[in-house]
Amino acid sequence: MSQMQISQRAADRLARSTPHGIARRVRGLSDKAIAWLFIAPTIVLLLAINVFPLIWTVYLSFTDFRANRINRAVEWVGLRNYERVLTDPDIWHNMLVTAHFLFWTMFFQVLIGFALAWLINKNFRGHGVWTTIILLPMMLSPAVVGNFWTFLYQPQIGLFNYVISFFTGADPSSFQMIGSVNLAPWAIVIVDTWMWTPYTMLICLAGLRSIPDYIYEAAEVDRAGPFRTFWSITLPMVMPFLMLAVLFRSIENFKMFDLVVELTSGGPGSVTELASINLKREAFEKWRTGLSSAFAIILFVTVFGAANIYVKALNTVKSR
Amino acid sequence: MNGYRKTWAAVLCGTMLGGFATTSAQAQDITLCWAAWDPANALVELSKDFTAETGIGMKFEFVPWPNFADRMLNELNSGGKLCDLLIGDSQWIGGGAENGHYVKLNDFFDAEGISMDDFAPATVYAYSTWPKGTPNYWALPAMGDANAWFYRKDWFSKPEIQEAFKAEYGRDLAPPETQRELMEIARFFQGREIDGKTRYGVNIFTERGSEGITMGATGALYAWGFKYENTPGKYDMEGAVNSPEAVEALEFYKELYKCCTAPGYTDSYMQESLDSFKSGQVAMAMNWFAFFPGLYKDEQVGGDKIGFFVNPKQNVEASTLGGQGISVISYSEKKDEALKYIKWFAQPAVQAKWWSLGGYSAHNSVLNDPGFKDSQPFAADFLKAMGAVQDFWQEPAYAELLLAMQKRLHDYIVADQGTAQEALDKLIADWTETFEDEGKL
Repeated sequence: MSQMQISQRAADRLARSTPHGIARRVRGLSDKAIAWLFIAPTIVLLLAINVFPLIWTVYLSFTDFRANRINRAVEWVGLRNYERVLTDPDIWHNMLVTAHFLFWTMFFQVLIGFALAWLINKNFRGHGVWTTIILLPMMLSPAVVGNFWTFLYQPQIGLFNYVISFFTGADPSSFQMIGSVNLAPWAIVIVDTWMWTPYTMLICLAGLRSIPDYIYEAAEVDRAGPFRTFWSITLPMVMPFLMLAVLFRSIENFKMFDLVVELTSGGPGSVTELASINLKREAFEKWRTGLSSAFAIILFVTVFGAANIYVKALNTVKSR
Repeated sequence: MNGYRKTWAAVLCGTMLGGFATTSAQAQDITLCWAAWDPANALVELSKDFTAETGIGMKFEFVPWPNFADRMLNELNSGGKLCDLLIGDSQWIGGGAENGHYVKLNDFFDAEGISMDDFAPATVYAYSTWPKGTPNYWALPAMGDANAWFYRKDWFSKPEIQEAFKAEYGRDLAPPETQRELMEIARFFQGREIDGKTRYGVNIFTERGSEGITMGATGALYAWGFKYENTPGKYDMEGAVNSPEAVEALEFYKELYKCCTAPGYTDSYMQESLDSFKSGQVAMAMNWFAFFPGLYKDEQVGGDKIGFFVNPKQNVEASTLGGQGISVISYSEKKDEALKYIKWFAQPAVQAKWWSLGGYSAHNSVLNDPGFKDSQPFAADFLKAMGAVQDFWQEPAYAELLLAMQKRLHDYIVADQGTAQEALDKLIADWTETFEDEGKL
């Protein structure tokens, strides 16, 4: 008996066992209606927890609403919140800090991640164990990593300062990674790179392993050198994967909050105060709900716009 | 079969009765919310007497200080019913009263014969009244507190240290009388070898996230005569907040941080202060009186090794106010039981026990007791400090005002950005914006 016949008989049996009332009701529905019936709960859920809050946030961004004073009359303030956000030098400072963090974390993560993937792809003895070890930081909680690195950076007892001191001969207590205005922005870049380079490595490794061997064999036949092979085969074929990794990590790092709060709380002063940290302060400490809604919408539009441009570029690279 | 049924019926009845008993006990429990610190443990001990007397069980929700304001203000703003009683910070009183979070206690005090005259005036003003200084009470003073200092008495008394200090500064090494003397002593100890280890001058509050650096720096600002307004209640801050004295005080605090703190304390508050002192890193440290009983009992650095002193004056005697009042939450479904707790807590005998357990009573019967000053090595300093305390804004928008000050101070003191004058000018701009939003300017 063929598979098809078995399925048909099972369906008939199920139809016969269905109570008449329900069968009559369902029989009147088209396939499209039944499909809608199935996906309706999901759509309702998405509307309730995603779309509605977004629309509500847009509405609030035009008001002076404060969530800690629910009884106060809410006034429509037009574009005043947007104007305040866009003309606030402190918020522009936060955006600059975020851009610095984003650029350098991406730079190091792509560079080191690709190099690690390239090495792991050599399939040397024990590469599986090394892959697991390299992946460990990514599996930790950002709060744990933040706390852990706070101790490593401690100038008097921290291991990081001692390692630097070992190589440079400088006094370990003579510099403070998270207490110095100049070093703190790099301190958070180092920790994020340590934690998330494995993620970039994994994606690059997938890209490297997707390159068929016969292409390398053809290059060898054509007497292409290692540099030429890398430049003309490896890099172009891994590029879409790399760009995807950059897209995912950029979106995540634009929203970065927990790791940096644990490490520096945005300090010293405001030198590591990312946009998301200030947004949280505006929304849930100062309770300027209207203004923080406008701030959130501006951040959302920025990420959404940049991601769209980036995806178009990614598609262009893929279609080559 | 009949026996089997009877057994099951008995089990069922027992379970139901047990359930009722449990429900009944739970209905009698009230929850008190506070910060997780030494005095909270003393309060747990004290509250056992309340349960024994009234049969009302006590539950506690203690939140670590760095998250206390966030957690509790979110709870209040969402109309949460977690807390029946809250020992909330003095600065919350305006918001608690105006936003309807706290129950007004005037009628209750009148009915129960509880008089605010029985409590230290500074604590009633700071912890209970809103609008400030008016006889509208929203809390009972629960825990008097102020920011003060402690030092390594054993190091101060070493002959070689005494000698070296006298040679350098031409006077005996003793707890400082002024802020300038404090810096001299801190400078003297900075990097000094004592018992084979490098020591540092002081630990001061520099924390960025909650309220740390503001509470620390105001210790210097108040001592120089800092005022929030030229005329109380007018919000006229220009010339008060950025007065020459305020600028000088802020420059002093920054210099103290730069010259005389141990490396790595760029985000230091209560716990870091205790850690640096207990680990023998610093000669002096600032912290709240609330921690002093625990420090005095500490086996490593307490007893004869520790001494205490009130925040030194500069132009005026002043200390930064800490401490809290106890309020009944308006969203609570057990307000009657919560009020019973306040009535019980206000009794002189309970207040005396509160002090003996490590809490800081604000009741006159305790503070005016002839033996009070000698009851603890820091008791006299506590009395002196409470006579000259000053507090931050207590406005409903206090969190916004505090965050602005945190940012401006940390930017200037720790991150070296701009001058003291610029920091205070920007602070006035921030506060003006807040008061304009509030409709007060």
